[in-house]
Amino acid sequence: MLETLYHLISQYILLPLTLFVIPVDYQIEAMIFLQTTIKIFAIIIPVLITVAYFTYAERKVIGFIQGRIGPNRVGLFGFRLWGLGQPIADAVKLIVKEIVIPLNANRTLFVIAPILSLAPALAAWAVIPFDDTKVLADINAGLLYVLALTSLAVYGVIIAGWASNSKYAFLGAMRSAAQIVAYEIAMGFALVGVLIAAGSLNLGEIVNAQAGSVVHWFWLPLLPLFVIYFISGVAETNRAPFDVAEGESEIVAGFHVEYSGMAFSVFFMAEYANMILIAVLSALLFFGGWLSPFQGIIYLEDFFSWVPGMFWLLAKTSIFMFLFLWFRATFPRYRYDQIMRLGWKVFIPITIVWLVIVSALVVTNIPPWFS
Amino acid sequence: MTQIIFYIFGAMLLLSATMVVVIKNPIHAALFLVLSFFSSAAVWLLLNAEFLAIALVLVYVGAVMVLFLFVVMMLDINLATLREGFARYFPLGIIIALLMVIAMGMVVGSDYFASDTYKQISISATQSNTKLLGLAIYTDYLYQFEIAGAILLVAIIAAISLSMSKSKITKSTHPNEQVLAKKEDRLRVVKMKSEEKKG
Repeated sequence: MLETLYHLISQYILLPLTLFVIPVDYQIEAMIFLQTTIKIFAIIIPVLITVAYFTYAERKVIGFIQGRIGPNRVGLFGFRLWGLGQPIADAVKLIVKEIVIPLNANRTLFVIAPILSLAPALAAWAVIPFDDTKVLADINAGLLYVLALTSLAVYGVIIAGWASNSKYAFLGAMRSAAQIVAYEIAMGFALVGVLIAAGSLNLGEIVNAQAGSVVHWFWLPLLPLFVIYFISGVAETNRAPFDVAEGESEIVAGFHVEYSGMAFSVFFMAEYANMILIAVLSALLFFGGWLSPFQGIIYLEDFFSWVPGMFWLLAKTSIFMFLFLWFRATFPRYRYDQIMRLGWKVFIPITIVWLVIVSALVVTNIPPWFS
Repeated sequence: MTQIIFYIFGAMLLLSATMVVVIKNPIHAALFLVLSFFSSAAVWLLLNAEFLAIALVLVYVGAVMVLFLFVVMMLDINLATLREGFARYFPLGIIIALLMVIAMGMVVGSDYFASDTYKQISISATQSNTKLLGLAIYTDYLYQFEIAGAILLVAIIAAISLSMSKSKITKSTHPNEQVLAKKEDRLRVVKMKSEEKKG
């Protein structure tokens, strides 16, 4: 359905547009440019809608975990609909609110900071394969690209904390910088394990290397790396129980105390977009991406063969997204020195040991994964 | 199209590199350095060197500069004292700069780096240049690579031992002791009769 829509748009809107408006020499390039733009929007808009409803899901899920109902007042078109209108109402409220820039704040950096935190979170989606063929940029070093972009997210936090000219914001920024650098290394090593197992940096090839059955997926040979990757992902996105950068009970709201209105909500969107990204990556790297979980089971594989691969990817992603919410409702916040100890002294040694083990598995061609 | 992108990022690179030196605020200078790393990574991408470009962003922008900013933000740098000796050292600075330009010109000049000695190796976009680089490093240049790794390891250990030497009196807690602590170690339940009011 998506493909037909895409073809319709490029046939009947883009093609005439370029043929009549653009000079002949540049028509091909213009066409490629417009098609890419459409594909970018086809990824970004669903991501942003998911971000909006992820906030709703978070409030609902944590509400149910804590024996509450959660938001249920704002509906759509006069119907209450379990509060489904809440994200839209929140968005309108935040857009309308004034953005207060503190006195003596560094204006340029203050405004740039939220953009710097959202842009990498969205740009990383360029290399995510949704299916065997559906990927915006099928680049060789896809995994490296994702790692590089997630490591850029820290700049938004640091610059926001510094530019706000506020003690609390600065404390939050310092905490976040140290934490993100620590966990990025563990995360990088976990991804090196995936790289060794798959023999490629291309995300599509990594998924295809896991084909076979549920047991063939990399979560089994890379189990410690998967656990470390996901926990580091929670730490990288500054989510509970690693949310010392916000720490509302100690430093009010950390790096974004001084932000209001849309500037604040851009930070919020970046956090949620990053969570979805980590969830998608966990599904792709360790849980077979778009591959069906019924692959290799005699009867069920044929029975479920009509289900599109994208459905499996989104289903797996949703499970990991739920884990983020579950963590937040379950665990108390880590103490800062314990976070540092966990990152440097526990995770990094474990990943290094497991890299040796994975290399041994690959070299000796251990079935079923590396035969 | 590629040319336009090259000129945009080239201009950005030159501009931000100049700003690093010129600008007064050290934090702004560090951020301009980040921007210049980023634009040079973009230029490398245009040369199909995707591994090096992304590694530049990952290592320098994502890790090194974060720590750098971290330190610069914590320091209380007095700008007035920094700029005090500027006029006095200016002539000396010019002489050193000229010498360096001459030296660079002699090294990077056409004698060694002429375009016919260093032809651009045609790397197609489909070839994984991570693989090519890995093969080159681990076969042809294995010893150089291993020696560089050993030097870095020594540097890491030296840096850690230098920073460890002073910190004997710290109030840091030992997680093992904390985890092993039992209720009996910390808590003493005292039973006593309720006191009666005297008088």
